[in-house]
Amino acid sequence: MLTRRFPSTPAWSSPFRELDELRREMDRVFGPLSEATGFGTAGVFPAINVSETDDALFVKTELPGMKSDDLDVTFENGTLTLSGERELSEESEDVSYHRRERQWGSFRRSFSIPHRIEADGVRARYLDGILTVELPKAAEARPKQITIQAGA
Amino acid sequence: MTVSIKEETRKEMTPTPKHALEGAESTRPERLFTPGVDIFETDKAITVLADMPGVRKDGLSIDVRENTLTLTGAVTPAEGKNERVLLREYETGSFYRQFRLSNAIDQSKIDATLSNGTLRLTLPKAEASRPRKIEVKAR
Repeated sequence: MLTRRFPSTPAWSSPFRELDELRREMDRVFGPLSEATGFGTAGVFPAINVSETDDALFVKTELPGMKSDDLDVTFENGTLTLSGERELSEESEDVSYHRRERQWGSFRRSFSIPHRIEADGVRARYLDGILTVELPKAAEARPKQITIQAGA
Repeated sequence: MTVSIKEETRKEMTPTPKHALEGAESTRPERLFTPGVDIFETDKAITVLADMPGVRKDGLSIDVRENTLTLTGAVTPAEGKNERVLLREYETGSFYRQFRLSNAIDQSKIDATLSNGTLRLTLPKAEASRPRKIEVKAR
């Protein structure tokens, strides 16, 4: 039950293109291996989706069943780091497992953010198992409409 | 190409792709994903733990009938109206998974808790199907 993810193809030259191309390069290298071992993408955990508005950058990732205390988000010198540890709940001794598919363990991932960010305004929200980090763009990084004056 | 797997005392999470559901189609054009589950049982009940990030209580549907358990989790699209996608490493979509239950379940006592995208579903076994110890009398 393996499906290739849709490669994201931004129409414009996005600052995240390098990250995306790196991922695709790794897909190419590990492609044949992935068929054999069942690992889909040679990527890093956790997978992120990045989007932006005029005012801010959003980094989202799916991390279900965690406690906020076990999640760590830091932003330093333009680098955003997500890390944490997921522990599965302890069950009583005499259970017999039919399936064990959920992941557990520690993770850590860092990315450099290409835009100028207002560091004090960075917010992280954990809701319904999705962690959303909002990075407000610094005032000078926001698009400005320049009025054209008529005349000399 | 040889692959060596390092064992570390601290287990690191590795990426596994979201399993897209093959064969099933929803009436709306959207991807359906299979949530990863842990299932275990005791003498009294079967417990299902399912990871469904992005699903809230009102989007969750649990159906038990005729020994079949069907889980459906609706996910609202992640991006707001003015958001432009820069990088997409994972797909979002609703969740669906179906199981055949080997035991009869006491449907009136099903317990479901949804917390941070993880569903904990406890299905108590019906009285008649609980394992009973049969006394063997010696003659």
